[in-house]
Parts: sequence; structure tokens; C-alpha cells
Amino acid sequence: MADEVMRLEMKNISKNFGGVHALQNVSLSLRPGEVHALCGENGAGKSTLMKILSGAYSRDAGEIFIDGEPVNIKNPKDSVDHGVSIIYQEFASVPDLTVAENIFLNHVRGSKNVINWKQLNAKAKELLESLGFGQINPKSKVRELTVAYQQIVEICKALSTNCSILILDEPSAVLANAEIRQLFGILRKLRDEGKSIVYISHRLDEVFEICDRITVMKDGQNAGVVNTADVTEKQLVSMMIGRDLESYFPERESHIGDEIMFEVKDIHAGKMVQGVSFKVHKGEVFGLSGLVGAGRTETVRAIFGADKMESGQVFINGKEVKHFSPRNSIGSGYALLPEDRKRHGVLLDLPILYNMTISCLPKFCSGGRIRKAEERKFGDKMVDALKIKIGDKMDNTSSLSGGNQQKVAVSKLIASDCHVYILDEPTRGVDVGAKIEIYKIINDIVAEGNAVIMISSEMPEIIGMCDRVAVMRNGTVAGELLKDEITEQNMIELSMGVNKV
Amino acid sequence: MSEAAKKGGSAKAFLVKYSPVIILAALVVVSSIISPVFLSVQNIYNVLRQQAPYIMVALGVLMTILTGGIDLSAGFLISVSHVFLAAAAAWWGFASGGGIVVAILLCLGVGFAFGCANGFLVAKLKLAAFIATLAVMMIAKGLSYIITGGSPIKLPLEVEGSEGSDALIAFGQSGDPVIGLPYAVWLAIIVVIIFWFIMNQTMFGRMIVASGSNKQAVHLAGVNVDKYIFSAYAISGFMAGVAGFLICARAGVGTSTNGDGYELDAIAACVIGGASLSGGKGGVLMTICGVMIMGLIGNIMNLLSVASYPQQIIKGLIIIGAVVMNGMTQKDE
Repeated sequence: MADEVMRLEMKNISKNFGGVHALQNVSLSLRPGEVHALCGENGAGKSTLMKILSGAYSRDAGEIFIDGEPVNIKNPKDSVDHGVSIIYQEFASVPDLTVAENIFLNHVRGSKNVINWKQLNAKAKELLESLGFGQINPKSKVRELTVAYQQIVEICKALSTNCSILILDEPSAVLANAEIRQLFGILRKLRDEGKSIVYISHRLDEVFEICDRITVMKDGQNAGVVNTADVTEKQLVSMMIGRDLESYFPERESHIGDEIMFEVKDIHAGKMVQGVSFKVHKGEVFGLSGLVGAGRTETVRAIFGADKMESGQVFINGKEVKHFSPRNSIGSGYALLPEDRKRHGVLLDLPILYNMTISCLPKFCSGGRIRKAEERKFGDKMVDALKIKIGDKMDNTSSLSGGNQQKVAVSKLIASDCHVYILDEPTRGVDVGAKIEIYKIINDIVAEGNAVIMISSEMPEIIGMCDRVAVMRNGTVAGELLKDEITEQNMIELSMGVNKV
Repeated sequence: MSEAAKKGGSAKAFLVKYSPVIILAALVVVSSIISPVFLSVQNIYNVLRQQAPYIMVALGVLMTILTGGIDLSAGFLISVSHVFLAAAAAWWGFASGGGIVVAILLCLGVGFAFGCANGFLVAKLKLAAFIATLAVMMIAKGLSYIITGGSPIKLPLEVEGSEGSDALIAFGQSGDPVIGLPYAVWLAIIVVIIFWFIMNQTMFGRMIVASGSNKQAVHLAGVNVDKYIFSAYAISGFMAGVAGFLICARAGVGTSTNGDGYELDAIAACVIGGASLSGGKGGVLMTICGVMIMGLIGNIMNLLSVASYPQQIIKGLIIIGAVVMNGMTQKDE
């Protein structure tokens, strides 16, 4: 063993599901007091490895050492007893319980069977303050908190068990930039206190900012361990996908026409949308940027008729849309890819094929009867065109990886034969390979003379993909940037309301 | 990982998928060993005839369950609709050949109208299905008792001007001249085929399932979800009317208590057949298996002269067993 005792060592871990090797001889080591990134495409085995560490799965082979001692983790309780705590992408908090109750959910302490509320709330307060979030009231319901605060509660919950190893699975996916800063502050603090943190993220800029070392996984095996300081983003991506990436964002010939394809005027909808106007040209990729909470999602949902619009006008190809409902919007020629894939984007428990044709089923019907052969043929065409990796079209959509689920959701959109496609965070939680393929699909859409409106919280994505971007702040458009003006600096200034000189 | 799970669990997946069929087959085998009478044509026809109205109700209720709802009113919709039929024939002068057609249409119409009321409350006013259909059940029950005054209404039989009523009772009590299969069973077979076709071959069926699977996503895909949810309840009400018609024809009387409890047997049948009460999952043929499982349990216990109260207990236990089996295997997935 090396001179230094590792906090955690997972050695030659293997795990099979049926005949498939999910993990083959994978090793991972954590030093005390480091933030360690676990990178790899979806399906590389990151989650499986972490589930073994947290006791959700049992390993088939391999050893786990914590602080040099061999440990046997058979179930989640063993894992917690050994100081391992995991925060899942979808939070496991109970929304109708209070902050304090959630933090101490696993071990509500008190004398005997009666809970000492005063003590519980005081302890929660103490924990929140130690992270610098004393402003969160231990007595408020978790439902009432912002997503960012909910995550703080999750972290407190993990810390309340006195964990020494903290695993965060895609923690930034739901956070805005400012909130990510706060999260990083907490992580650095915990690291300096000697805790070891596993950080799983698809956002490479974050990995480079916060992580000390990186373990890369590919196809269930180790693809390397590197010091963050020793690699470039490009090198890391090639390690992850196993080949060189020419360019992250595929080249696109400009197809922008003169005519305005889509125009929204002075949209008002609730507190979050206070008079939004913009125009989109034919063949254009138009970005909607801004902080989370600036009203981007709310704006497009109102335009699409998913939420109530109070006032405003929408024109598509010069014709005013009179009535706002998803059905009417698609009928008028514009469709929305919702932000929350699992809740709004796909029908997880239905076959892939049914998902693809749900918005265009009448095309395949005569007298109400579905012409199934034609529907299947259409499904094959979509699978080929979007390079969706599936077993069988009749498998449930839940069997697919996040990236492929998203492609199914996109194929559903394309099938609706619209002219304007509104994509809300189209690459959220999607691995690098699938991201690039989604970018290509966007290019194809505009190449055919359609227009795309893209919401993204990832600035590089906006910079790489958009011809023009509107930056939103407090429910209005704070400013528009043309292709050459789209820089992180400009977008941040507009989104935070910094006065230009 | 999904592939792995599929490979490892394919035998199990098969068992899960066809567990209602396997349970039904096992029941048939066991029953025929226990009781020599069980496999007689007479007995089989009997069971099928008894189950025919349950099949009607279960298929209707299945529609509502598929959309993620439930129809608790189905039982008393049978009651109120068939009471209308009986009252029309016995009191309001619709017992003649043409009159009985009007009476039957009235019966179906009453079921349908109540079903539409359920649909309106659930799809338009967004009431919880459980409460909406419970309230409608109470209304239907009250109306049914008001009409009958609490005593049975006997259909006119073999009196002057009762040709229609006579024919109705003949239909309910006899079978076709060739193999003697009760007409009620023929009707059930036709209805099952229609439902199978709707659920497997048509856009309507696809959208019913989709609405229950993820209502939000379907709505955002530009589908008029409310229309399909409304239709599910309307169909359920109509099917309760059909069941009421069969029960009235079979018994020759209309009684307010007829139909009470059918909704629970129907829900149980759907769930035994693998339907999920959270919606989006369930099938026509498996539901029929569920209905037949419930029917066979009753039948074999009758043949063994088990008293009716213990029967209830055994039925309950078997439902728990079937659903636990379903639930356990689903969790593993």
C-alpha cells in the first residue's frame, strides 16, 4: 500500500446483470480531503459503481477498503454505518415534512418515543449554519424551498449521519450558476474538513473547477485516473468517448432566411413572465438564456399553452395564434420539448414506438384504426435518423438511457411536423456522445427550413449552437445578442443586470 | 443493464405477464379434480352466464382504471339502469315488441348518462375519481330505491301485450338452439372482441392507456386528454347499463339491490388481471381471466357447498394472493 492511507479503495469491482458485464475490474480510490470526479458517458457504469458503494447493489467480485480496513457492504445501512452518504439526482426528500424532519429523517432523535422538537430544530439550525445557510428555517416545509435550498437540505441530511464519504450524483443539473457557486463553496469547506467527495457530473467545466482528481469510466471499465491539473477538457472528452472529438459543436451552414417565422409579443403569465417579446427567423437557432428562475421555462410553457397565458400575442408564419393549448399549438405548427423529461417528456411505461407516434397518430389511422405496419416503418425510420440505441421498438421507454429517452422525446416532436421547435434544456442529464447527436439533430431541423428555440443553462451550449440569443432577467428579455456578441461575459452581465459601460 | 435484466428475468417476466392465465388454468385443473360436476357442460354454461354481466362491468371499469381513475358507481348504475328497464316494462307500458326496445334503450341510456356525469366530474371539474364516482353512486342508489320503493318490480310475463317482455326474459334465460350457449354469453363474447379490438388496434385505445401512463406528457403532446378520460367513464356507465340489461333479462325482475358490489368484483378482476390502479397498465383478455378467476372460485365453493360467508373470506384471501404476486414481481423489475 502507498505511504498514505486512502479514505476509500474499491478494488477490481465486478458486477454482472444476467449475461452483461456492467462493471469489470473497476477500481476507485479516494484520498481524505479531496473532491474526486467520476466521469463517463451514460451507461459507463458510474451509477452502478456508486450503488455498490452505497449498498443498493451487491458486488459480484472485488474488495472495498475504508480507511485501510476491509469492509463488507451488503445493504444501504452497512454503507451508512461505514460513513458513506449518497445524494441522488432526484432528491429523496419528503416535501411535506419540515427541513429539520427531513435532515434527521433516518434517525429522528429524542428521548424514547417522543420527539424533542426544540432540540431537533436547534440541531438542524446548527447544521445549516455550519454550511452558511442559517437563513433556511428548519421549520419550513421542504416543498416551499427552492430547488437549490432543497439540495442544501439533502447535504445536511447526509452530514447528519457523520459521513466521511459523500457522493453527489449530478448535483448541478437543477441549479443556476449562482447556486452552483454556493454549492462549490460548501464542497470546498467539506473537503478542507477532511471529507472525501465523489462528484458525478456531465458538465466538464465544473469538474475542472472543483475536482482534484478524475476517474474516467468507459463501458464498465476504468479508462484512467488523472490529476485535474494534468489534462485538458479535450483530452478528458477523448478519454470518455474513446476517440478524438473534432469539435464539440457540429458545424452548421447558415440557413437563416429573411422572413420571420415566429414572433411573440408582450407575453404575460403569472409572476415569472412580465412582458416577453422576441422574433425568430426561418432557419435560425434562437437561444433563451438567463438564470434559473428568470422565467424562461415559464415563458415557453405559456406560449405553448401548457400554462395559462394572461396576455400577449403569438404569430407563426405571420398568422396570429388565437387559442392557446398544446393541441392547438402543435396544430398551428410549433411544438415544445418539455424541460422535465420523465414527468412531461416521455411515457416511460409505454413502448418506444408509442411514444414516437403519440402526437401524430392520426396520420397512421384510417377510421380510428391504427395502420400498424406503417407506424412500425415510421418508427424504424426515426430510430435510424436520430441514431437511437434501442433493443426493440416495443420495449418500454424506461429501458433506455437518459440520452436515448431524450432522443425519443425529440423524435415525437419531429413527428408532429411542426415548423418551430421549442427545446427546453434538450441536453440536460445527457452524456457527451448523445449531446453531440442532439446538436446534429438541431442542425438538421433548421437545415430543412424550420426554426429552433433553445433554452439552456449551459453557456457553452448557447455559445456553440445559437445564431442569436435573448437573455432573460426577472421575467423580461434583458437584451439580445447576435452570434458574434454571444460570450459568457455578455450573457452573465445581461442576466444579472450589470450595467454596461 | 436493461438487457441484462431482460435476459435474466425472461422466464420470470413470462410468469408475471401470464400469471392470470396460469392461475385460471390451475383453478380449472384443481376444480375438475375436486368436483366431478365441474366440467359438465351444464356447469360451465352456468358459470359463464353468471359471469357475463361481470365481464361487461369489468371491461367498463377497466377503461377508467387504465386512465388512472376508478369507477365506484358501476354497481349502482347497474341497479338504477335495470330498475328503469323493469319499471318501463311493468308500469310505463313498454312491454310490447317495440316497447321493450325503448325500455332497453332507456336502460342503456341511463347507464350512459350517469357515466357521462362521472366523466364530466372527473375530466372537466377535475374531481378525484374516487370521490366523484362515490357521490354518483349514492345518487344512483337513491334514485333506484325511489323508483322501486324498496320492493322488486316484476316484469310482465305471458300476459296480454307482453311479447317484448317475454322475449327479453327468454333471451336472458335460454341459449342458442345449436349448442345451447346462453345468449348472454354470446353477447359477452362479442363485447370482448370489440373491446379487444378497440384497445389493441385503435387510436382510441392507445390514447386511453397513454392518458393513464402519463397524463401530463400526453397533454403536452397535443392530445385532448380530457376527451379520452371523459369517454372512459361514459363507456363504463354504458357497460353498467348493458350488465343491468342482462341481469334484468335473466331474473325477470328489477330490484334495487341488484348490482350492489359488482364494482368491487370488477375492480378486483382488473387488478387480478394485472391492471395497475395508478393507470396505464392492463389488458382486456387478462381482465377477462380475472373475471373468470373470481367466478370459478365462487363456483367451485358452491359445488363443494361452502357457505356464502366463508366464501367471501376465501375470495378475499385469493385476491390478496394474486395481487401480492403481481406486486412482488413488479418491484423486482
